[in-house]
Amino acid sequence: MTEPTRAAAPTPAQKPEDDKRRTLVATEHLSKYYPVGGGLFSRSDRLLRAVDDVNIRVRRGETLGLVGESGCGKSTLGRLLLRLLEPTYGRIVYDGKDIAPLGQAQLRPLRRKMQIIFQDPYSSLNPRMTVREIVAEAIRIHSLAARGTEEEGMVSDLLKKVGLRPEHMNRYPHEFSGGQRQRVGIARALAVQPEFIVCDEPISALDVSIQAQIVNLLLDLQDELGVAFLFISHDLKVVQHISHRVAVMYLGHVVEQASVEKLYASPMHPYTRALLGSSPVPDPERKRLRVLLEGDVPSPIDPPPGCSFHPRCPRAISQCKKEAPPFAEVHLGSGHKVACWNPHVEE
Amino acid sequence: MLDVRGLTTTFETQEGLLRAIDDVSFHVPEGKTLGIVGESGCGKSVTALSILRLLPDGVGAIEKGSVMLSGKELVTLPEREMRDVRGNDISMIFQEPMTSLNPVYTVGAQIEEAVALHQNVSRKQARARAIEMLRLVGIHSPEENVDAYPHQLSGGMRQRVMIAMALACEPRLLLADEPTTALDVTIQAQILELLQSLQTKLGMSTVLITHDLGVVAEYTHHVVVMYAGRVVESAPVKDLFRAPKHPYTLGLLESLPVHVEGPTPTRRTRLRTIEGIVPDLAKLPPGCRFAERCPLVIDRCRESEPALERLAGDGEDDDIPGMGSRFSRCYRAADVERPSRFAREDRT
Repeated sequence: MTEPTRAAAPTPAQKPEDDKRRTLVATEHLSKYYPVGGGLFSRSDRLLRAVDDVNIRVRRGETLGLVGESGCGKSTLGRLLLRLLEPTYGRIVYDGKDIAPLGQAQLRPLRRKMQIIFQDPYSSLNPRMTVREIVAEAIRIHSLAARGTEEEGMVSDLLKKVGLRPEHMNRYPHEFSGGQRQRVGIARALAVQPEFIVCDEPISALDVSIQAQIVNLLLDLQDELGVAFLFISHDLKVVQHISHRVAVMYLGHVVEQASVEKLYASPMHPYTRALLGSSPVPDPERKRLRVLLEGDVPSPIDPPPGCSFHPRCPRAISQCKKEAPPFAEVHLGSGHKVACWNPHVEE
Repeated sequence: MLDVRGLTTTFETQEGLLRAIDDVSFHVPEGKTLGIVGESGCGKSVTALSILRLLPDGVGAIEKGSVMLSGKELVTLPEREMRDVRGNDISMIFQEPMTSLNPVYTVGAQIEEAVALHQNVSRKQARARAIEMLRLVGIHSPEENVDAYPHQLSGGMRQRVMIAMALACEPRLLLADEPTTALDVTIQAQILELLQSLQTKLGMSTVLITHDLGVVAEYTHHVVVMYAGRVVESAPVKDLFRAPKHPYTLGLLESLPVHVEGPTPTRRTRLRTIEGIVPDLAKLPPGCRFAERCPLVIDRCRESEPALERLAGDGEDDDIPGMGSRFSRCYRAADVERPSRFAREDRT
């Protein structure tokens, strides 16, 4: 007599490679709406859809690049993932658990695991605090080290890790250059040993030669610590360099998401193609296919009906004006998702 | 067209009198675009402000040098005549369109003012000219938008208005200081294409100041690279990218990630960097200003500063950058070589 067949039992210990493939943060229909207009006493039905029905996924130890133009909702999305903003709708699944409904007290232990690096290294550091105080603040809040020598040793290690000299810990932010300040911001984020860091335009305010230093630092830190990044940027070249996968946003929606190789080699969404075609290439001998878009990004308050890109889209068909396209794979199993009725598909 | 020679501008600071630009020379030929590239603080904006004599009063001053516009010396021109030059002969576009437009006047009124100041026309003609300019820069329904206030327009539209204002008097020379840095890439492409087509249409010369090497590659004919107040290299754009002859230029080019087009061959390799930071203008070294960060540095570089020298080749009459010849301020210019991963054998 044979035993009844059972579903394959889960492997007891997953291999590290499997662990790396595991999803760390995922969103389901995540949305953030802001009411606009209306006076003090009147309610307004108009909504600004900053983030609208977004489904993205960041795996452990990987970098998801998030690109789009100003006002497309990429920073809002980054802050939603960290629960620095309240979502209007949808789920944020962090390490298997929906954190969207959690209260501030319940979020506290999670705050240690999720950090953010800001764009402006000038305004994001408190000018009245020394570098040591800035970096040690989170260490104290989460009681990660005893005050005194242990804490000092930890700050010193963190500064070395980001390429700053430990003897600089008693200096104030204004004594540092922009690139060095960004390193302080990174040290502060690393202080609590996070698993996930949202990098919100971390190099946009820096000079070209300094940008490369910070990009290298982020790559090294990921290799060493296995931290996952959501790398928000409008610079397509840097995103291509640093990301494993890339998501493209337009007017609150993610319109395309794929591995970095697929997205740059065969972009399917006309907007992605326009972005790539508009980005100037530092090679005067390279002739590129220029896709010039007409007009400006419409307002997210009253976005166009159907696909919100259709008024600027060179490939728009009649369906695009009527119905918003679903965000789905064109080739099943490819992992290359696009929200478009008439995607550019190479034969 | 424009000849800048030995231009040196000082600024009064807490640390004393500093030279923001030091012995800057270049030539902008008729109808061409000269790119000035460099990082923040290198002096590229001060160069433009010095040409227009728009330096902050009592703080910045031209110490020496010459700016010749079609044979006319601007440095010593009386302020009243200089005012005619601004707008009539030379216009400037700034980086931030919101702060450069007056929020309490309509965009039409501001363009009309520029036209009326420099050309002898009636109010009606000035308004017609404003509408015509708005149409030229690609603003939709210009008859309506001429009465819009700056805050009612998007960033890209405001920058177009700035361009319309700058070009309303058909200047012979346009100084564009980071004209698209505050804009998104799709809008940046529109604006730069527009500038390029207007330049051809109006036969204008342009100085395009930018930190973006991609913009330099696509929109300039000749490039001047600045570092810590000095011109360190100058070359026709193709030569500069193919074979830079100053270690700083090489460092800038090499620190960029690879192209966005096509496959992604070198994903997640480390980028090359220029170590260290730009020197403080108050504490400049006696030798080359780039020596502390330079991978090719030799003792001589620390002892005396190299001159900006013309490299061997054609154009023996070229005495300043911008005329076609290559210049480099480096003792080891001959040893600077761009790695072969950028070899062009795969090109057609």
